[in-house]
Amino acid sequence: MADIVPTAVDDIPSAEVAEVDLYHARSWWTKYVFSQDAKVIAVQYSCTAIAIGLVALVLSWLMRLQLGFPESFSFIDASDYYQFITMHGMIMVIYLLTALFLGGFGNYLIPLMVGARDMVFPYVNMLSFWVYLLAVAVLVASFFVPGGPTGAGWTLYPPQAILSGTPGSEYGIILMLVSLALFIIGFTMGGLNYVVTVLQARTRGMTLMRLPLTVWGIFVATILALLAFPALFVGCVMMIFDRVLGSSFFMPAIVEMGQQLSYGGGSPLLFQHLFWFFGHPEVYIVALPAFGIVSDLLSVHARRHIFGYRMMVWAIVIIGALSFVVWAHHMYVSGMNPWFGFFFATTTLIIAVPTALKVYNWALTLWRANIQFTLPMLFALGFIVTFVNGGITGLFLGNVVVDVPLSDTMFVVAHFHMVMGVAPILVIFGAIYHWYPLMTGRMLDEKMGQFHFWVTFVGAYTIFLPLHYLGLLGVPRRYFEMGETSFIPASAQDLNAFVTVVALIVGFAQIVFLFNLFRSLRHGKVAGRNPWKAASLEWQTDDVPPGHGNFGEHLPVVYRWAYDYSVPGAPDDFIPQNVPSNAVAENHAEAPSAADGIEAPRT
Amino acid sequence: MKKGFGVALLLILVVVGTVGFHVFSPWWWTELASNWGYIDDTIILTFWVTGVVFVAVVGFMAYCVLRFPYQEGRRSEYNPENKKLEWWLIGLTSFGVVLMLTPGLFVWNDFVSVPKGAAEIEVMGQQWQWSYRLPGKDGVLGTTDVRQVNDTNPFGINPKDPKGQDDVLIAGDDLHLPLDKPVKVLLRSLDVLHDFYVPQFRAKMDMVPGAVTYFWFTPTRTGTFDVLCFELCGVGHYAMRSKVVVEKEDKFQAWLKKQQTFAQSLREAENQSGGESKVASALGPENAAGGGSGSRDHGAPTVRVNP
Repeated sequence: MADIVPTAVDDIPSAEVAEVDLYHARSWWTKYVFSQDAKVIAVQYSCTAIAIGLVALVLSWLMRLQLGFPESFSFIDASDYYQFITMHGMIMVIYLLTALFLGGFGNYLIPLMVGARDMVFPYVNMLSFWVYLLAVAVLVASFFVPGGPTGAGWTLYPPQAILSGTPGSEYGIILMLVSLALFIIGFTMGGLNYVVTVLQARTRGMTLMRLPLTVWGIFVATILALLAFPALFVGCVMMIFDRVLGSSFFMPAIVEMGQQLSYGGGSPLLFQHLFWFFGHPEVYIVALPAFGIVSDLLSVHARRHIFGYRMMVWAIVIIGALSFVVWAHHMYVSGMNPWFGFFFATTTLIIAVPTALKVYNWALTLWRANIQFTLPMLFALGFIVTFVNGGITGLFLGNVVVDVPLSDTMFVVAHFHMVMGVAPILVIFGAIYHWYPLMTGRMLDEKMGQFHFWVTFVGAYTIFLPLHYLGLLGVPRRYFEMGETSFIPASAQDLNAFVTVVALIVGFAQIVFLFNLFRSLRHGKVAGRNPWKAASLEWQTDDVPPGHGNFGEHLPVVYRWAYDYSVPGAPDDFIPQNVPSNAVAENHAEAPSAADGIEAPRT
Repeated sequence: MKKGFGVALLLILVVVGTVGFHVFSPWWWTELASNWGYIDDTIILTFWVTGVVFVAVVGFMAYCVLRFPYQEGRRSEYNPENKKLEWWLIGLTSFGVVLMLTPGLFVWNDFVSVPKGAAEIEVMGQQWQWSYRLPGKDGVLGTTDVRQVNDTNPFGINPKDPKGQDDVLIAGDDLHLPLDKPVKVLLRSLDVLHDFYVPQFRAKMDMVPGAVTYFWFTPTRTGTFDVLCFELCGVGHYAMRSKVVVEKEDKFQAWLKKQQTFAQSLREAENQSGGESKVASALGPENAAGGGSGSRDHGAPTVRVNP
């Protein structure tokens, strides 16, 4: 309890290591292009991720057009459709969500929130981005090679992924696998930075149990990614060998279209295990940063501490650990030994307990709070709703026998879009509205933001809720068109047409959001220092936006947790982390700059 | 208008809309045609448990939003933790999880325990069509090997295995099954992953090249049911269709007698071997992608002559 009481300990340990001087850019190129400043790298990561994400958005429109109005578009044939869904899924999960949460928010927020001047390995951090950019370039190149990108589904299951019955099996699949391998190499460089920075570069007084939950979420997600991505890396390398060199890691004896192929002895299930050993933690690589960020958004904008901070931290850690022993719940009907079902169903449903606790604590944070209905708060509320909805359908799919009729139906599509598509993206939007003033010094436009929230939240919910019921009916996923199917009523097609129209409207709202991002750079209201009156360190910098090195001459010293809102007896409704308890009253109204901290290490 | 009212209204509409859609939407599962009613029951139970949690959480948020909007000068309540409350919530959630998982695992135990005396049949998948094999008079399916697959032996049945000679082969036609007899469906694929699924039966399993997988069920209702492929298998995936006809025992036997056995198919091929080998419609990616009705239109087994 001592760590989180408001009358925080004023006894701050002295600095054990002297500060290392930073690399100072000498030219425009090293300042803005080959930059070693984590904040610039964060912006580079974010812009690249959003740009490639726009490609995925357009792909989703194309696939929705086909589903809503089959046989209406001569430019979409079955090959195109499978390429659209594959590239949409892969881009969203890896190149947008993973890159944006870790490379974008991780780079920007970790050093600022832990009170460091930069990441601990700035040069490797810069390399991380350029390798990521190369991975994106290879991915984009696959759209322009003969045969186009792979259409194997984002899961890339062999043998299908590398056989001629699948679009892009000539060059597309090779570029896809190479791109993934590059992404993993780039991520590893960034990931090591995030972990070491959190462990080694926290400022004096910033104990682990005083870290904002944003940092906890990104920190644990990065550890998961560092452990999970190697499994995918191995799978990619082996599949490249199978495709290019004719090895048979994943390829049994096969007769393709009447012809005996020279493969033999490999196991398609081996790839699935490798893929999901990565693939399930990947869900939490996206979800944990969202959990962390949304906790901070709720707390700041409800003017109340997060409820049950320590349980929230432990829940993140436990969810992260459990996420490594649930992977085969993606494979209940894969043909693996069915007795695995008992184990994986049990572990999967156990993970619901810490996850549910997080939901309760978010909701309880609102209890007797002082809720400001700012844009970040609206998106945070939207996140809780969609996450609860998507989470409980996970309990259907995790319970092995319930998964049998539902697997590979639209129910699965609806589930994962709600829980790891819509929910984390709502957090990303909330986070951008929240931290844009820090990054640019200007506020995003409120009216456009309101339009963006209402259309996106109501629209996305309207899109994905009904799809669950199509899945329950037995409509399969990954079908180019349903054709004549006796058990599917004509009304299902009407529903699909309706969903497509809503999807296009939601897509339009994202264009408004992008316009807002650009316009507010010059025309937004000037934000000033700490416009949300937040207590965490990133808002306590001397300059807004923070300059190279983040803080002024002296690093801030931390006296309390990040959630001292509405502390009884304090003059303001928040106390920044770097205010000692004897200065709470004096620093009324104006938060102290970092230089007001204790200057010399005490002896 | 009071601050927070619009947001509270939104949250309440989400709850009412979701529950309303669940109750009144016309899209629901197909009428059951197998013994797996327990699976449906487990789904209903899960809907109840999770539905209560959904309504409670979103409802609680709506209340907070309505009750505690921002007022200048007001302070939130400061009590960072409530151990007792958190442990109660953990306990209740665990109870709900046990409530759903326990029956689920019992039903799964049924699902993986094939009853003695279940008739074995085989479903074989290849891009993009279904074939079926039923044991002949000896009641046993002959062994197979992908390496044995050729023009005259599209199933790859081991020609030296006497148990395979009387196997009944159905290629490019509907599968018939007798009513109320448990069936163990053995699943095999020649090329890529497929998945044999009839929504009315509720049971499915992937077919994996290089392995034989299985599931079991008992048809409990006569009728003709659509078979769909439920594992992405290439560009013709959506067109990989067939039908299962469930009928009374006597009708089934009459149908069975009319089907060709492996031995008969070999003799027929021998008679024709004087001329060119017969080329039935080889279903390439281009013709599969064109038609929506799928492979069951093709009367003969897929054979492609090696170049």
